[in-house]
Amino acid sequence: MSLSPETVKYVADLSRIELTTEELDKLSKQLQAILGFIDKLNQADISGITATSHILPISNVLREDIPRESLPVEKTLANAPHKKGNFFVVPKVID
Amino acid sequence: MELYRLTAHELLDKLSKKEISPLDLISSVRERIKNNDGLVNAYVRLVDRPAEFKLPPQKNGALCGIPISIKDNICTESLNTECCSKILTGFKPPYDATVIKKLKEAGAVILDTKTNMDEFAFGSSTENSCFGPTHNPWNLDCVPGGSSGGSAAAVASDEAIMALGSDTGGSIRQPAAFCGVVGLKPTYGRVSRYGLIAFASSLDQIGTFTKDIPDCCLLMNVISGHDPMDATSIDVPVPNYIKSLGKNIKGLTIGIPQEYFIEGLNSQVKSIVEEAIAELKKLGAAVKEVSLPHTEYAVPVYYILGTAEASSNLSRFDGVQYGYRANSSNLVQMYKKTRGEGFGQEAKRRILLGTFALSHGYYDAYYLRALKVRTLIKNDFDAVFKDCDCIITPTAPTEAFRIGEKTEDPLQMYLSDIYTISVNLAGIPAISIPCGFTKAKLPVGLQIMAKPFGEETLFQVAHAYERSTQWHKLKPKLQ
Repeated sequence: MSLSPETVKYVADLSRIELTTEELDKLSKQLQAILGFIDKLNQADISGITATSHILPISNVLREDIPRESLPVEKTLANAPHKKGNFFVVPKVID
Repeated sequence: MELYRLTAHELLDKLSKKEISPLDLISSVRERIKNNDGLVNAYVRLVDRPAEFKLPPQKNGALCGIPISIKDNICTESLNTECCSKILTGFKPPYDATVIKKLKEAGAVILDTKTNMDEFAFGSSTENSCFGPTHNPWNLDCVPGGSSGGSAAAVASDEAIMALGSDTGGSIRQPAAFCGVVGLKPTYGRVSRYGLIAFASSLDQIGTFTKDIPDCCLLMNVISGHDPMDATSIDVPVPNYIKSLGKNIKGLTIGIPQEYFIEGLNSQVKSIVEEAIAELKKLGAAVKEVSLPHTEYAVPVYYILGTAEASSNLSRFDGVQYGYRANSSNLVQMYKKTRGEGFGQEAKRRILLGTFALSHGYYDAYYLRALKVRTLIKNDFDAVFKDCDCIITPTAPTEAFRIGEKTEDPLQMYLSDIYTISVNLAGIPAISIPCGFTKAKLPVGLQIMAKPFGEETLFQVAHAYERSTQWHKLKPKLQ
């Protein structure tokens, strides 16, 4: 599997990460090497094998729907880099 | 005898007999940190101020008065928790992780400064930290291992009595081996992960660093158990782990997987581990060769699943709710700049790899295939545990490597976890205990694995070995 700088750029956009040209170049080469190693997985015989997405034999853990205390607004907003009143502030989304 | 040198169980004994006061103990540990952390850098944000310790109000509890150090990715209410990443700069959690809550209830003293780690636990050397690398107390030019290298080095250098870390692919056991301390990764679901900042949710587990096995049991008694706040924690009764101590191992069967004693294993590490196995045989255990045939796929499976889960978990760091934010008048640009400037190189590498593995057209070839190979790896363990009580391997293929040696070659760095990763993929518990030293006077770790919820077997075997050897008592000179 080859991983072109264009693909890395595309994946970086999907991940919402801005990369410098040097970073893009370096990461492309490193990811290429890592993927080359990962291609070893193609040698494994997986016919008829089911996927393990979770290791425990549990599913749908439910609890009673009982109202309980949640974090107060001040505490929730305390770490926000930018806030106003009871809200997080972000750059304008709609013109 | 300086108090900081003692184990928690020795200190609890002195505290209960009133030979020492909790304040004596705290000032001893504080002095030790002050005098040594300039060399080791086990703690972060400790510039120009001493570590402060807050005594909990409790006057009793299983760990009453014992100071405990916490990795920087476990939430401590109103104490900085930044995963050693620029993107979480200044983050003070609004709540305690369940393990912290339990420790406080048991009377433990939580240090106000956290231990160093690879950013978001991405790494095997504690070099990927925005606070600079931690140094191995046995040789300051070497890495302590990672990602929980700060916790391991703190316990090894007696800058901590005991510590918590997290283990996603070996992040407790490999640094425990490199630093010559006891490191336990419990069964997935044994200890609540509520308040652990997530890296890979199907693999992450909080675990312990201690100076010996009795301390590990003490700490596990406090932090284990089901938690309604963590839907993946399991409602299985917690045994009193202290009862596993002092038992003999006659009649136990130990499996030695041939796939772990191959090319790439350092010859000194190999013979030290073989001597340890011979010692266990002398103590009455039966030893047999076993096979875990899919071992060679563990690292590639891990770097698909671990990065895929990480890419999703780390999407929450976007400059809106907490931490670092770059300025921009455009929302998407703000995200991109914040993440571009806030994440370090290894975090970016893993997010990109994970996003790629999950992206359209590659999902089946990478992610789905990796999930299926994970099943094969788990099946290997199920088969071996049918007739073995535990499995023994080296914890790491080499002794601690030098700082800077692998930073430019991520693939080589990934391979240093080759013996620890399968355990996380299978969800089983494993412990690393000190079992000797190489010619360069660096510690070697012995890894013991057991079936799910088999922690008592780990303690039984590890304590039998510990009682017949002295490795855990040796201390680094720190120079």
